Amino acid sequence: MPQAPDIQALKQKAFEFRKEILETLNLAGSGHPGGSLSAVEIMVALYFYKMQHRPTDPKWEDRDRMIVSKGHVSPVVYVTLANAGYFPKEELKRFRKMGSFLQGHVHVKTPGVEFNTGSLGHGLSVANGIAIGAKLLKKSFRTFCLMGDGELQEGSVWEAAMTAAHHKLDNVCAIVDYNQVQENGLISDIKNLEPLTTKWQSFGWHVLSVDGHDLSVLIAALDQAQATKDKPTVIIANTLKGKGVKFMELQAGWHGKAPNTQQLKDALEILERV
Amino acid sequence: MTEMIATRDGFGNELVELGKTNDKILVFSGDLEDATRAEYFKKAYPARFFNLGITEQDVVGTAAGASTLGFVTFATSFAVFLTNRAYDQIRMDVCYNNCNVKVVCSHAGLTVGQDGASAQCLEDFAIMRVLPNIRVICPVDNIEVCKATRTIVAENGPIYMRTSRAPLPVITQQSDPFVIGKANVMRDGKDVAIIACGIMVSESLAAAEILKGQGIDARVINMHTIKPIDKDAIIAAAKETGAVVTAEEHQMYGGLGSAVVEVLAQHQPVPVEMVAVADSFGESGTPEELLKAYHLKDVDIAQAVRKVIKRKK
Ligand SMILES: Cc1ncc(C[n+]2csc(CCOP(=O)(O)OP(=O)(O)O)c2C)c(N)n1
Ligand SMILES: [Mg+2]
Repeated sequence: MPQAPDIQALKQKAFEFRKEILETLNLAGSGHPGGSLSAVEIMVALYFYKMQHRPTDPKWEDRDRMIVSKGHVSPVVYVTLANAGYFPKEELKRFRKMGSFLQGHVHVKTPGVEFNTGSLGHGLSVANGIAIGAKLLKKSFRTFCLMGDGELQEGSVWEAAMTAAHHKLDNVCAIVDYNQVQENGLISDIKNLEPLTTKWQSFGWHVLSVDGHDLSVLIAALDQAQATKDKPTVIIANTLKGKGVKFMELQAGWHGKAPNTQQLKDALEILERV
Repeated sequence: MTEMIATRDGFGNELVELGKTNDKILVFSGDLEDATRAEYFKKAYPARFFNLGITEQDVVGTAAGASTLGFVTFATSFAVFLTNRAYDQIRMDVCYNNCNVKVVCSHAGLTVGQDGASAQCLEDFAIMRVLPNIRVICPVDNIEVCKATRTIVAENGPIYMRTSRAPLPVITQQSDPFVIGKANVMRDGKDVAIIACGIMVSESLAAAEILKGQGIDARVINMHTIKPIDKDAIIAAAKETGAVVTAEEHQMYGGLGSAVVEVLAQHQPVPVEMVAVADSFGESGTPEELLKAYHLKDVDIAQAVRKVIKRKK
C-alpha cells in the first residue's frame, strides 16, 4: 500500500498542474481546457498516490494501466506524465506541433500513454480486455479508465459496463469526470444521465459518488475500489468543467478553445487553489 | 486575393436559407454543431434541431426514422464519427431502407490539423461509395457547397457530403452549373488530365500553372461527385489527353482515385498516377504542414504529372 499521502503537497501539485495546462494550451493555440481542468485532482490522486508505475521504466510489465478514454484531455495527461518524470517538461511547449510526440489526442508515442484514443466511448472496453487478460495471466495490476460524462451517452460504454460486471472485473476501476458539461452545453440540457448512480448500480457495479476535487476523498475512494472484490468499481467524480478558472467554469465555450495570451494572464491571476 | 472560406460555413449558412421556406428540414447533431456549423440552423429554428448527444449511431438511426414521415433529415458530425462509428446505421437504416437522409460531415482530411489522426477522416469516400443507393459528394468551395446543399435537399434519397474545416479558396462562379454526377472542367488542357476534388482542386490548378512553365498543358477537372462518378468526363479526358493524375485528401485506396481507375480500366486504359495519402494515419500539425508532409501539394501533383507523361506511349 502507498504511504499516507501528504494532501497539502498533492494540492500544491494540482495548483501547479492547472497553471501548466493553461500555459501549454496557450502555446499550442488549440486544445481542450475544460475537461482537463476538471480532471486535475483525479490525475494527481492516480499518478501520485494510487497507481503502481515507474516513470523511468514506462513498460514495466506489472504497472497499473491507465486508459484515457476521453482522449481530448491530453493537456492534463501530458502535464501529469511530465511531472511524474516520463519526459522533460520542456516538451510541453511542443504540444500539438508538427513532429511532436505530444499529439492533439493522447497517443502512445508519448511515454506513459497506454493506448491511442480520441473517439469517445472506446476506453472501457479496452480496459476490460486488459483486465480479462491480467486475470488469465495471474497479474495483480489494476486497470483504470477515465471517461467524460458526455462520453457516457455513447451506447458502447454500457456494452462495456455489462461486460465488466458479468465477468466480475474487480481489477477495473472506471472514473467518470462528472463535470456537467459536454461540447455544446450542459449534459442535463442535451441528454441527461441521471439517475447516474443507480444506473451504474443496476448494471452491476460498485458505485462511489464523490467530490472529484477533494483529494482526500478521491484517495479514499480509490482505496475502497481496490478493496472491493467480485465487482468492478466506478468512481463518479463530481467536478466542474473548467475548475479553478472562474470564467471557464461550466462554460461549454471553453471545452475546446485555448486561452490567448491575455486570457492566460487573466486566468493565472485568478487561478483558484482548490 | 482569392477569398478563403471553409465549406462547413457555406453549408451552415445555406441550410438556414433553405429552412426559411422548407419546414420539412430536420437537423440532428452528435454534439458537434459548433464544429459542423449546424448550430446556425439550431439558432434559427430551434424546434427543428436536435442535439442527440455523443451518440452517433442514435443520430443516424433517428434521422432515418424521421425521414420516413416525409422530413428531409440531416445527420451531422465529424466525418470520422458518422461514417465509421455509425457505419452499420448508415448501411442498414439509411441505404438499405433508402431513406431521405443527408449525412453531412465536416472535419475530413488532414486539414483538420492540430487535433491529429483520431479526428482526420481519410476513408470516408471509400467506405461510403461502396454502399448501394448513396451518393457521395465533396464540394470544392463556398459557392459550390451552397449549391450542393440546395441540391441535396431537392434530391430524394441518401447522400453523403463532406465539408472542410480549413478555409478553401473560392474558385467557382455563381453561374457555374452544379449537377450531381457531372464534373466541371476548371481548366482545359491537352497533355494530361488532373482529376481532383475538394481542396485538391485548387492545388491542381496551382500545379497546372507550374506545369505550364514547363511546357505541359494540363486539364483540371473538379470531380465534386465521387459517386455516381462522371464516367463520360473521365473517358473523354483520357481519350483527349492520354494520361490521368488523380488528387484527393483521402487514403490512396478506395477513394476518388480508385473510382477513376475503375472507369479507366474498363473503358479507356491510360497511364494513371494517384496523389493521395499513402496508407497511413495523419498526425497533429497545421493544415499546410500536413499537406506538405503527406505530399498533397501542388508540387507533388506536378511531379505526378511529369511521371505519368513519361509513361504515355
Ligand atoms: C465518438 C466521438 N464523437 C464525438 C467526438 C467529439 N467530441 C470530442 S470531446 C466532446 C465532448 C466530450 O464531453 P465530455 O465527455 O463531457 O468530456 P469533458 O467534459 O470531460 O471534456 C465531443 C463531442 C469524439 N471525440 N468522439
Ligand atoms: Mg463533461
